[in-house]
Amino acid sequence: MYNKKRTRLILFLTIVPLVLHAQARRDTVSADSIKTLKNVIINAKPFQEVIPVQSLSGKQLENLASHNVADALRYFAGTQIKDYGGLGGLKTVDVRNMGTHHVGVFYDGIQLGNAQNGVTDLGKYSLDDMEALTMYNGQKSEIFQSAKDFASASTIYMKTKRPVFEDHKQTNLLLRYKTMSVNYHDPSFRLEQKLGDKVSLSLSSEYIRSNGQYQFRYKRNNQDGTVAYDTTATRQNSDIKALRIESGLYGKIDKGSWDAKVYYYDSKRGAPGAIVENKFADGYRQNDQSFFTQAFFVKDFTEKYKFQARAKYAYDDTRYIARDTTSILGETVTEGAQSDDSYYQHEMYVSVVNMYSILPIWDVSLSADFQYNRLDATRRGIQTQFSFPQRYTALFSLASSLRLGKFKVLGSVLGTQVTEQVRYNAKAPDKTEFTPALFIGYTPFKQNDLTLRAFAKRIFRMPTFNDLYYTMVGSSTLRPEYMNQYDVGFNYAVPVENGFLDKFSIQADAYYTHTKDKIVAAPTGNLFRWMMTNMGQVRGKGIESVINMGTHISKLNLAANLTYTYSESRDYTKFVGLEMSSYGDQIPYAPWHSGSAILNAGYGSWNLNYSFIYVGKRYNGNVNNIKVNEVQPWYTHDLSAQKSFTVNHYRLKGTIELNNALNQHYEVIYNYPMPGRTFKFIISMEL
Amino acid sequence: MKKSSIKIGIGLWILLALISCRKDEVIFLSSTKTVAQPASEGNIEGFYLLNEGNMGMNRASIDVFNYRTGAYTTDIYSERNPTVVKELGDVGNDIKIYGNKVYAVINCSNKVEVIDKWTAKRIAKIDIPNCRYVTFYKGKAYVSSYSGPVAINPNAEIGFVAEIDTATLEIKRKVTVGYQPEQMVVTNGKLYVANSGGYRVPNYDRTVSVIDLESFTEIKKIDVGINLYGMQIDSRGDIYVSSRGDYYGTPSNLFVIDSKTDEKKMSLDLPVLGMCLVDDLLYFYSVEWSYLTNSNKIAYGILDTKTKKIISDKIITDGTDKKIMIPYGLQVHPETKEIYITDAQNYVVTGYIYCFTPDGRLKWKTTAGNIPAHFAFIYKN
Repeated sequence: MYNKKRTRLILFLTIVPLVLHAQARRDTVSADSIKTLKNVIINAKPFQEVIPVQSLSGKQLENLASHNVADALRYFAGTQIKDYGGLGGLKTVDVRNMGTHHVGVFYDGIQLGNAQNGVTDLGKYSLDDMEALTMYNGQKSEIFQSAKDFASASTIYMKTKRPVFEDHKQTNLLLRYKTMSVNYHDPSFRLEQKLGDKVSLSLSSEYIRSNGQYQFRYKRNNQDGTVAYDTTATRQNSDIKALRIESGLYGKIDKGSWDAKVYYYDSKRGAPGAIVENKFADGYRQNDQSFFTQAFFVKDFTEKYKFQARAKYAYDDTRYIARDTTSILGETVTEGAQSDDSYYQHEMYVSVVNMYSILPIWDVSLSADFQYNRLDATRRGIQTQFSFPQRYTALFSLASSLRLGKFKVLGSVLGTQVTEQVRYNAKAPDKTEFTPALFIGYTPFKQNDLTLRAFAKRIFRMPTFNDLYYTMVGSSTLRPEYMNQYDVGFNYAVPVENGFLDKFSIQADAYYTHTKDKIVAAPTGNLFRWMMTNMGQVRGKGIESVINMGTHISKLNLAANLTYTYSESRDYTKFVGLEMSSYGDQIPYAPWHSGSAILNAGYGSWNLNYSFIYVGKRYNGNVNNIKVNEVQPWYTHDLSAQKSFTVNHYRLKGTIELNNALNQHYEVIYNYPMPGRTFKFIISMEL
Repeated sequence: MKKSSIKIGIGLWILLALISCRKDEVIFLSSTKTVAQPASEGNIEGFYLLNEGNMGMNRASIDVFNYRTGAYTTDIYSERNPTVVKELGDVGNDIKIYGNKVYAVINCSNKVEVIDKWTAKRIAKIDIPNCRYVTFYKGKAYVSSYSGPVAINPNAEIGFVAEIDTATLEIKRKVTVGYQPEQMVVTNGKLYVANSGGYRVPNYDRTVSVIDLESFTEIKKIDVGINLYGMQIDSRGDIYVSSRGDYYGTPSNLFVIDSKTDEKKMSLDLPVLGMCLVDDLLYFYSVEWSYLTNSNKIAYGILDTKTKKIISDKIITDGTDKKIMIPYGLQVHPETKEIYITDAQNYVVTGYIYCFTPDGRLKWKTTAGNIPAHFAFIYKN
């Protein structure tokens, strides 16, 4: 049966491009008709980008059967999402296997931070109000940006929608309702209001409620092929209730613009645990409250001088509760370790950016950022002193870009100064770091859209508050973790003026990464006690490729986006000079092969989307590349169909989605089962 | 150009399709390696080794060593018990043999797994939440557990010891002891339980509970020292209790309790983490984290229990100790006095088991499972 599946898969995968190819030869006539590339899926940008970039935006995002940022990022080459399954489960992103901490995630231009543990749960961010998702390896390909934009090994930008008013409309209202086969209800609205010629307002909100119960299955065979066990159970404690409210003000000024936002998120959810023998449910709970407000201002004061300013205040309150109980001899007793801990984080951030054009081909920029972070906690029953750390970070960047004929060169130096204070326990020493980056782009031919590029970047990540101060584990003497990244690649938009295709572009990059002083937990005599140290050492290399094509056959628009990634990331950590039994093995959850495909067909008011994700064999958290630690490949097929209609001037849109169409029972993280086949129905109405 | 690009695309897709095969999962298979010469003498046929497996990984596993063949076999449970869903479980904490049954205490699977001594096939599964160690006395098994009554304070639960009838494998009684009880010993109808209070940092428990086994009540709490963990009893009724210390000001230590008076009688001022008592000799090791070097200080030694004096500050004499990252399990063969030490590495990766001659020279070494830790010798009937 699996062989059949495999054959079918091969057929399918090979036929799609073949069909496109065959049609390309047959049908070359209609190519010069109007090229409406509405459905081009992942944009490979033209020359001004000297940095590998992938982006999903507008309609493409809407058509994808994904509803949170984490799910959409899976389609980018080089990304891996760590997904603990379910609706309440944590979803984090890793780029080029460098680790979650080396990815900077920006929301409307300002970084989302978590000084406590460095983890941004991307499952929390909805795609409903998203205009574009963009990922850069290295950093964004411009110098007119804040110092923080220079401060990560990879950056992801979430850009929310800005109000757009057709004709003389003053108000846009969108109502939407989603439901899913796992008892999921998700009503949302978005209101856009014109407040004058130059100012507009948006207000949106979404409420999600689900019991999160889905079926999962564990099956193993005996060596002779007979079934050893085959169990299907229901995922428990994966429920969620979440409310998001977001509002923005957008203004235009002479040669500039400004915006201001408020964001509030409140959720109560189960944090589903590992499925292990004799324990198929647990009751670890998580309550979150996040609030932030931010503002952005940009203006070209003269032809040569441009200015940006931004500011943010964020407050996060997270409560973790572990209160599992069971009974023995008729008495109720605790099951695992109990806890009830609340953490409160404050963040303040201001930034100014100045850019000056010395010559039309030569720009320089100077940015200065200042950030304050503070972590407070109440931990019931824990009698050690919490450190109550505060961190002051100052970042300065000096960057320059130069265009010399066929070359574009971009260089930057980032200076970081960190000072901390604690109320109790030892504080971490002050740190000063300087890290450079150099990017080069080269367009060899005038008549041809080929760009060659290369970059080298050194960056670091600060130890988190948990790394430094977590009771019994944290070590305040930790140094930053350094990441050196090198990349060469190209981007080629194949000329297709006379072909069947409207667009065909390919980009590929090869990279090498070296993590030095990686922050890892070192063992002590007690299994329950670890010490954070800088002893980790990882070397990675890989190739990422993206092929993007689009065509149309009369009114039928077709688009395809294919990615393939090969990655190797090997752990060369030594402990007291000794090589671990896993020395030189691929790090956990890093697949050698991964890829994705998005195929889209649009015909009038109809839209069909097929998406496929493949993550190859990898090894689980036990590290050693041996059979028992192997995690099976997984691949999911998602389908969605959309139809728009107009009833009494109201624009309606209905969507049916089918996720994991083949009902594959897979795991991204070992012992955390993912949902099988799910149906989703969405109806939205624009007033 | 365009054609070749398409071909590259197709090539990539074929490649993807070929490598994408997802196979049916097969049960975890054992693997056998001959590591020693076959030995025919003695009453011990071999031993079981319990690998703890990292929390959440569900990778507790049992290895077996056969003296008669010299073969070391890893991970036998799944093969012998293919129908047990999700195999042995999460975090093995103790293994002991009593009669013809092997009792494996699986901490995070909240159960004691009872398997047959010779076939390793499941006989029963006894549900005990957060169970830690097991010991036996007159047809009863005693299992310590961190679980306790639910309190407002998350770290106030007082642990218990459950009594299991080894004939029916049912829990009969339970008795409340101290905070987070660990190892136990029995003598003269009394059960001694080392209470760690490990959840209550820095206010550790510091007592040993004395349980009268007839009434199954706690008759005394002996004040010994903080964070108690290991327990051994010698032929004269002296009980050795190890303390893990607080990792800061109070170092690891070894105390002696006189079971005749139920009083603490000595503090040996000796760092001890793991220990094994054979005849009159107590073999021990300690691992202490040093903040200065960011590494562990590891020490080994042998204590004469008659004189309470250290007779050797070495167990390994040929320099192999330099290769052991974290000594974790320690066992001495009661007859041949061969020494077994496991290396847990960083607790995440696959560990090793080392066998040394009685005078501390390496005899063999092989790969075990994840966190190899606890031994149970298999005696001839």
